[in-house]
Amino acid sequence: MSTAAREFLRKAIVKSADLEHRATIQRAIVTYDAAVAKGKLRFADWEAARTLCAAIKADAIANLAQYLTEFEQHVIGRGGHVHWAENADQANDYVVELARARNVKTVVKSKSMVTEEIRLAAALEKIGVTVWETDLGEFIVQLRHEPPYHIVTPAMHLSRRQIADLFRDKLGENVEDGDPVRLVAAARVALRRAFFSAEMGISGANFLVADSGMVAISTNEGNGRLTTSIPRIHVVVTGIEKIIPRMNDLAALWPVLAASGTGQPITTYSTLVRGPRAGGEPDGPEEFHVVLVDNGRTELLANPETEEVLKCIRCGACLNVCPIFRHVGGHAYGTIYPGPIGSIYTPRTAGLSEWGHLSYACSLCTACKGVCPVKIDLPKQLLVTRRDFIATGNVKPAERAGFAAFRWAAAAPARFRLLAWMGCKALAAVNALGLSGTALDPVRVWTKYRSPMTLPKQSFREWWRENGNK
Amino acid sequence: MNRKVALFVPCFIDHGFPQAAIDTVTVLRRVGWEVVFPEDQTCCGQPGFNTGHWKAARPCAERFVRIFSDYQHIVCPSGSCTSMVRKHYPELLASSPWHGEAVAVGKRVFEFAEFLVRVAGVTDVGASFPHAVAYHPSCHATRELGIYAEPLQLLRAVRDIDLRPLPKEAECCGFGGMFSTKFGMISAAMGDTKAVNIEQSGAEFVTAIDPSCLMHLSGVFGATGRKLKTIYLAGVLAGSSASRTTAGARESAR
Repeated sequence: MSTAAREFLRKAIVKSADLEHRATIQRAIVTYDAAVAKGKLRFADWEAARTLCAAIKADAIANLAQYLTEFEQHVIGRGGHVHWAENADQANDYVVELARARNVKTVVKSKSMVTEEIRLAAALEKIGVTVWETDLGEFIVQLRHEPPYHIVTPAMHLSRRQIADLFRDKLGENVEDGDPVRLVAAARVALRRAFFSAEMGISGANFLVADSGMVAISTNEGNGRLTTSIPRIHVVVTGIEKIIPRMNDLAALWPVLAASGTGQPITTYSTLVRGPRAGGEPDGPEEFHVVLVDNGRTELLANPETEEVLKCIRCGACLNVCPIFRHVGGHAYGTIYPGPIGSIYTPRTAGLSEWGHLSYACSLCTACKGVCPVKIDLPKQLLVTRRDFIATGNVKPAERAGFAAFRWAAAAPARFRLLAWMGCKALAAVNALGLSGTALDPVRVWTKYRSPMTLPKQSFREWWRENGNK
Repeated sequence: MNRKVALFVPCFIDHGFPQAAIDTVTVLRRVGWEVVFPEDQTCCGQPGFNTGHWKAARPCAERFVRIFSDYQHIVCPSGSCTSMVRKHYPELLASSPWHGEAVAVGKRVFEFAEFLVRVAGVTDVGASFPHAVAYHPSCHATRELGIYAEPLQLLRAVRDIDLRPLPKEAECCGFGGMFSTKFGMISAAMGDTKAVNIEQSGAEFVTAIDPSCLMHLSGVFGATGRKLKTIYLAGVLAGSSASRTTAGARESAR
């Protein structure tokens, strides 16, 4: 078992039994579910909207190189820079070198999962740059030295009380009643100072528009606009799969992303930026850089079976609907992307042997498939990840032996009966000796969390022999 | 129409929960269908398929297709195993010589409630069950096969039943096949959440069209000291008493 698998098991045991955590997440999900149900009603035909978005993203992925080149030409044409990074190091090195060359002391960041994925903030901090997360949720988890809990709502796991305590300890702000308005005001004071002192703003991108070279950023706090317009350098760090063909596609993708992510009609601030300040413009950055990150994405693309995973628009709907996510929470996974999409994405891009266990952290309930706004067949992806995990030799000897025995037995009813009979006798003995759930119980993996298995006096086929033809 | 069905009995039901299949036979016969049981059947291969052991699952699937290829109507007391054959065999057997036959057989395999309502055209089987019951719509039946209205139609026609709406009914019970043993702690936590919702419904029994969910829930109820009972849909429709449920079997075994 990999280190990551052991860690996941350890955290899952703790979180599964944490009733306070369960209640916090259930409350958050109830609010989310109600908002999304209402949000979907704004569409004349939600299914048609999903189908359209799935088709747009499928086209983008099928012609990825062509659209990215088109995007790049537009950016360069307006005086921007485009850097293609094969991996995390190449992306971080580019931004770190830029910060060093321009004597950057302070960076403000708007929310970006890709920068979490490549650990950009840590790379900048290493050379002495101060990095401010400016999304409120990200700001909160940064103060706690925690990774985001959820890809859309990073501080979903925290109560107002906990945030008030955090602000008291870290910001010296006393908001005793945990009033959200006052908490936001406290964060705002700290962040405004950062915005106006930063020399570099780093954002992600929700979409890169090929036909116009535009970068689309959705935020609910306006921090994306401040990040991209106040500091003299703006760096966009984003995954190559964020490309979409046309500006018009945003008419479908923006409302669908908002509906799936939070239930909003459209995210409060839907920003489009396209390069450095042009002549005659009163504001905007002097320099504009786009770092296009691969970091394993072309491996997904190279395999026809997995390329659809790149359609993901990071809305978080599959996390929210996932009963495993709801019970273990976002931190247990040990990944940047938790939940169903993360349990596919992580093994595929960061290593099957280390992360393949996550594809099994799923009861195959298939709820995620129904909510994905770009119609990724997530359950199928989880199944084929499992298949490839096993095919690459990642299987415990006991499980391998078990399936070998099963295969042998299933080839003939007499053998299957024998195996079942042996199993029943063993279980009956365990139960008779009162050993159910103990270390000596062969089905302890079951009985550890459930009452003892009881067995019938006869199998169905035995009953059938006696009664079937009556 | 030839009113004859071949019974596809999932392996864990055959050897662990035969009452679900026995009640299925009882109800099918009561509504006028002849039942045959091809005794050569073993397992559909779902455990292997779902855990990534496709090489172990493939011979099971080919075997199943061969054994059942002669039957016009195949009925299964499990939504999940029905879904395995109908929805997943085509992929598992994509490069098998049995692929075409698998697709054809998949169209003739029916989950029990689906069969009664859609094929046999029956909603009232003349049952009586004077208890408060909540219906748990199991995942594969609901979302993969689209079977939701049928079991509820059958339950509504039962005499004296007090059918309770189940809060957050669509959420998984936590069974998930091998998931229940690989991640027992998560599975049990999900079962606990489901149990809380069943308690809120005020039901005495939870029923479903997947005995595997009920087997798991029954274990969770027992481990958490709950008095809730489980009963497979055919058990309700057969008008059987509590002593024939999985929970009842546990009580009588003590």
